[in-house]
Amino acid sequence: MSNHGETPAAFSAARASDLGTTPVPVTMPLSLKVNGVVYQLNVDTRTTLLDALRENLHLTGSKKGCDHGQCGACTVIVDGRRLNSCLTLAVMHQDAEVTTIEGLGTPDNLHPMQAAFIEHDGYQCGYCTPGQICSSVAVLQEIEAGIPSHVTHDLVSDPQRTAEEIRERMSGNICRCGAYSNILAAIEDVAAGGKS
Amino acid sequence: MKAFTYERATTPGSAAAHALNTPGAKFIAGGTNLLDLMKLEIETPVHLIDVNGLGLDEITPTPEGGLRIGALVRNTDLAAHPLVRRDYGVLSRALLAGASGQLRNRATTAGNLLQRTRCPYFYDTNQPCNKRRPGSGCAALSGFSRQHAVVGASEACIATHPSDMAVAMRLLDAQIETVNPQGETRQIPVAAFYRAPQQTPHLENVLQTGELITSVTLPSPCGGTHIYRKVRDRASYAFALVSVAAIIHPDGTGRVAFGGVAHKPWRMEEADMLLPQGAQPVYDHLFASATPTAENTFKLTLAKRTLASVIAEGRG
Repeated sequence: MSNHGETPAAFSAARASDLGTTPVPVTMPLSLKVNGVVYQLNVDTRTTLLDALRENLHLTGSKKGCDHGQCGACTVIVDGRRLNSCLTLAVMHQDAEVTTIEGLGTPDNLHPMQAAFIEHDGYQCGYCTPGQICSSVAVLQEIEAGIPSHVTHDLVSDPQRTAEEIRERMSGNICRCGAYSNILAAIEDVAAGGKS
Repeated sequence: MKAFTYERATTPGSAAAHALNTPGAKFIAGGTNLLDLMKLEIETPVHLIDVNGLGLDEITPTPEGGLRIGALVRNTDLAAHPLVRRDYGVLSRALLAGASGQLRNRATTAGNLLQRTRCPYFYDTNQPCNKRRPGSGCAALSGFSRQHAVVGASEACIATHPSDMAVAMRLLDAQIETVNPQGETRQIPVAAFYRAPQQTPHLENVLQTGELITSVTLPSPCGGTHIYRKVRDRASYAFALVSVAAIIHPDGTGRVAFGGVAHKPWRMEEADMLLPQGAQPVYDHLFASATPTAENTFKLTLAKRTLASVIAEGRG
């Protein structure tokens, strides 16, 4: 429960009678492994995974765009799967392994997808790019794992690394600058090289 | 977002009991819809019961030849399961037509069924909405209603249910299994799960306080050609204007359900009987009680044409 020792019922009653005042935040301990490093945190239960990464751990690569799961700028990889870190609570990820853009590669040792985005100029302002790259890496893994998509023609055979498949699977990542064709070229390049 | 306490549930029965005994508590699984609404303070739970640790994440064959889908099976995993792809293609197709890859990785089977409408007036807390604030009125009736329901609605609410998955579940005659705070289980057909809006659109389904969905069961496969056709404003990652889930057999018989047109998946077994006669009689039966607004009357034409196209494809 919280470190204030409330029971849910007591908290419920307190919040109901606290009209006009701001209740004391409820905090909880949390252990997270981010980019290979284990962190012990104490977070407000309301903290999203995105806010924990940015505000508590100062890993500001993951971006807050819409904060409602519509734009994909906050995409990170948790226990091997991409998700919108703005739409999940940090406390729901006790002991999870999180990979952010900072964990994929560094300026001196780029992930192949990061290198491909640079090579193909897969961005303009760059704000959506960390989410685009995390999503791209996961998309190629999802195709590799045989997960079908809306455009997979035959449900019972394995999906292919086609442009059509990549476009569909990247639809949860919006680029306001409209760099889509170059983003696609970067992902196709990595897909062709099998480097993801 | 309002402050809340948080616990990780250990068994379905205790989760249900805690939900009953803690006024203002809610379950959280994927959280992709609930957190969105909590940020806007449309949902304001005082306590969250995290059910992700309950182990309800398996897909297992039933003795009757069907499939039992755990409540926590993620949309991605359900769509990608070999038996679902082979025997219940319409369910895979419906899931893959919904949301984005990131969201499907988190969203659960039970959460998908329980998601709230995306009516913009439900989301805009400055507007009246009988679903969000009972008795306050419905801004959609005189507002922008292009996306809204054309059948089954009331003068209190014209919101649609946004799920694609639920449309396929309804088509497949799926059964929802629940456990209540007393530890009793029951089966609810998807067909009987959603309540009509009438004067109480804030009451969306038949679940009782604390009652927790534990699984959804599909009957044995029924064969046929499985189709899920979704018509929307973008080619991907958008809610349906109209969707059609269908299973068509070589002799022209089959079944059909619509999404995007009502507060629930829209299917009538009597209309299914008319499928061999073509789209017009099926459409006439399903939409005889339609009450579209001026802005969404196009959905009726769209529904009929989409149905005709799906029937043609199903017959090969």
